Amino acid sequence: MEPILIIRNLRVAIEGREILRGVNLEVRPGEVHAIMGPNGSGKSTLAAVLAGREEYEVLEGTVLFEGKNLLEMEPEERARAGLFLAFQYPVEIPGVTMATFLRTALNEIRKVRGLEPLDPVAFLKLARERMEWVDIDPSFLQRSVNEGFSGGEKKRNEIFQLLLLEPRLAILDETDSGLDIDALKIVASGVNRMRSPERAFVVITHYQRLLNYIIPDFVHVLYDGRIVRSGGKELALELEERGYDWLRPDSEEVILPTVDER
Amino acid sequence: MAVQQDDILQQVTSAEYKYGFVAPIEEEIAPIGLNEEIIRYIWERKGEPEWMLEWRLRAYRHWKTMQEPRWAKVVYPPIDYQGISYYAAPKKRHVRSLDEIDPEIRRMFEKLGIPLEEQKLLAGVAVDAVLDSASVATTFKEKLAELGIIFCSMSEAIQKYPELVQKYLGSVVPYTDNFFAALNSAVFSDGSFVYVPPGVRCPMELSTYFRINAARTGQFERTLIIADEGSYVSYLEGCTAPMRDEHQLHAAVVELIALDGAEIKYSTVQNWYPGDREGRGGIYNFVTKRGICLGKESKISWTQVETGSAITWKYPSVILKGEGSVGEFYSVAVTNNFQQADTGTKMIHIGRHTRSRIVSKGIAAGRSSNTYRGLVRILRSADHARNYTQCDSLLIGSSCGAHTFPYIEVLNPTAVTEHEATTSKIGEDMLFYCRQRGISEEDAVALIVNGYCREVLSHLPMEFAVEAQKLLAISLEGSVG
Ligand SMILES: Nc1ncnc2c1ncn2[C@@H]1O[C@H](COP(=O)(O)OP(=O)(O)O)[C@@H](O)[C@H]1O
Ligand SMILES: [Mg+2]
Repeated sequence: MEPILIIRNLRVAIEGREILRGVNLEVRPGEVHAIMGPNGSGKSTLAAVLAGREEYEVLEGTVLFEGKNLLEMEPEERARAGLFLAFQYPVEIPGVTMATFLRTALNEIRKVRGLEPLDPVAFLKLARERMEWVDIDPSFLQRSVNEGFSGGEKKRNEIFQLLLLEPRLAILDETDSGLDIDALKIVASGVNRMRSPERAFVVITHYQRLLNYIIPDFVHVLYDGRIVRSGGKELALELEERGYDWLRPDSEEVILPTVDER
Repeated sequence: MAVQQDDILQQVTSAEYKYGFVAPIEEEIAPIGLNEEIIRYIWERKGEPEWMLEWRLRAYRHWKTMQEPRWAKVVYPPIDYQGISYYAAPKKRHVRSLDEIDPEIRRMFEKLGIPLEEQKLLAGVAVDAVLDSASVATTFKEKLAELGIIFCSMSEAIQKYPELVQKYLGSVVPYTDNFFAALNSAVFSDGSFVYVPPGVRCPMELSTYFRINAARTGQFERTLIIADEGSYVSYLEGCTAPMRDEHQLHAAVVELIALDGAEIKYSTVQNWYPGDREGRGGIYNFVTKRGICLGKESKISWTQVETGSAITWKYPSVILKGEGSVGEFYSVAVTNNFQQADTGTKMIHIGRHTRSRIVSKGIAAGRSSNTYRGLVRILRSADHARNYTQCDSLLIGSSCGAHTFPYIEVLNPTAVTEHEATTSKIGEDMLFYCRQRGISEEDAVALIVNGYCREVLSHLPMEFAVEAQKLLAISLEGSVG
């Protein structure tokens, strides 16, 4: 099958500093790819560039999303085309209810899929069902987006949005961080429910723990802006045991960030 | 409210000021300039009683001794008061029933979304339509009259209810109050009059729609609302004007009187032409609005959504005289491009146990300037008075300015005042989060701004809250990216 995502030699800088230094990756429908790596290695940068954050400068490389040049698309066009990012730090929007926010978003996405907009009643029904999957109380629909949510609630809320918007490619940026084991299982079961032959996942994580519940097809190690190692799910276990230092490319002269073992 | 959200968001993409057309209506327009002859001309045209001529001339003579105020944080070239016309009225307006209205006028109001046939009107809203200087139609009059409620044009009130008018006109905003109030008192042409008798709860929203149509004219309307003991009324005004390169002056006066236990809710959705992107044209909106809670336990609540006008200068205020009376001010003021707004409120506490609440949301975009100016004065007599003030400013882009001037004067040691203020920017993070979910940048701004104003919008009657949301979105169009 044709890949959903092809990243070729992607080099990205911010404030004049090169963060991604030639990333290559192919993701096919149905696959789950885990991207692991120490703090500061560029994982969030990769996610942000794929989602279209404007402050990053693409120095070189191409990204194809279902055959289209992703880097030329506006962030909202990417989202409507089926690219979803579960944020590492979800943003609070005071006064805007979850219901208004998500119905607006969903109807935008439905429009490009050639579907009729959902009326409030149909929307509520669908939203309630998907909230149940990640154990969020329906009353959250009347609350302002992420405002006053606990850390765990924010993360579950990201997954709820994923369940509702049904993207083709979902990128999860450290959705596991700060979650206790029960919340982690809820998040993972939500994701697993969405796994299908048409849909792909890129799961960014610092720890192997999440990958016990979301079993990846491939594991890649991002180290100092490059994918230095790729393997199957057993690579995650190896990293858990040995840390990241052994993957340090010998040729590197820069000072590498240390692994933060919180 | 969610039902209309899609609509609203679609509206955002429709460009520019929607109401800027000029209707081909035959009007009678007074000669340019202002003098005692013109005052007589207006008085004659309106066929008013003798005492009104006295009233107008007194105000005019006082106005001549006054200076235009310059303390507001707004900048504009001197206004040539002798260069405009002070009266314009459609020729065909004396009608006995709504069916006789000039079809051009009917068409114009329809284009503005204000059909003048009663059966077509929003359920539960009675409308007084004012075109330039004259009221052209008032709907649902008979139905209201059954309850003893008077809702008519000011002209008609002067003829039919002189005792009420003489007793209350100028009692809250005397002609000596300020330059624009004096001017208005001299030349005001029409406006709405409302009287709600004791114990009556007005069953529908009363609304006046003001429309400037003629060129080189000013609009000076006068509104007087009296809520007798234990009554309730909710009143709304809306307004639009054609797009013109010249500035047009609008100097209205609104007076509200609430007797014992009465409540008046006054809402404004102000959408006068704001001028173009370069700052050419637009209405100068210099308005004096004030209410008095005369009776004990009475309440006056102002809600305003200000999106239009090149310059806005207005401070809807409440004098809290009756014991235990309540004053409220909820405001959203949006400025974009070169608009300037200096707006806020005054809460004057005289009675014991009086309470006031001020919630102001200023939103500045483009190169505009947005000022909140408020005064909370608690007099010696106002034992245990309380005020809560919250004024927030939201900046979009980096070329605009927001300022707050909250004055608090407390002369009674038992009073409690609270004040909160914040200034924030629409963050890139917020916009990006919305866009990542498929929402365009412009829709995201509209969504965020509506969220920011939610508390104020929630005080508007439902139909108008929707209208106001659309307006907010439209007036901020093109403010990002
Ligand atoms: N907006 C930004 N401005 C400046 N530096 C940034 C920004 N975003 C990321 N960086 C830098 O890029 C590097 C990679 O960060 P990030 O992609 O967040 O790594 P990770 O997610 O793997 O921890 C870090 O050194 C970080 O400081
Ligand atoms: Mg990160």
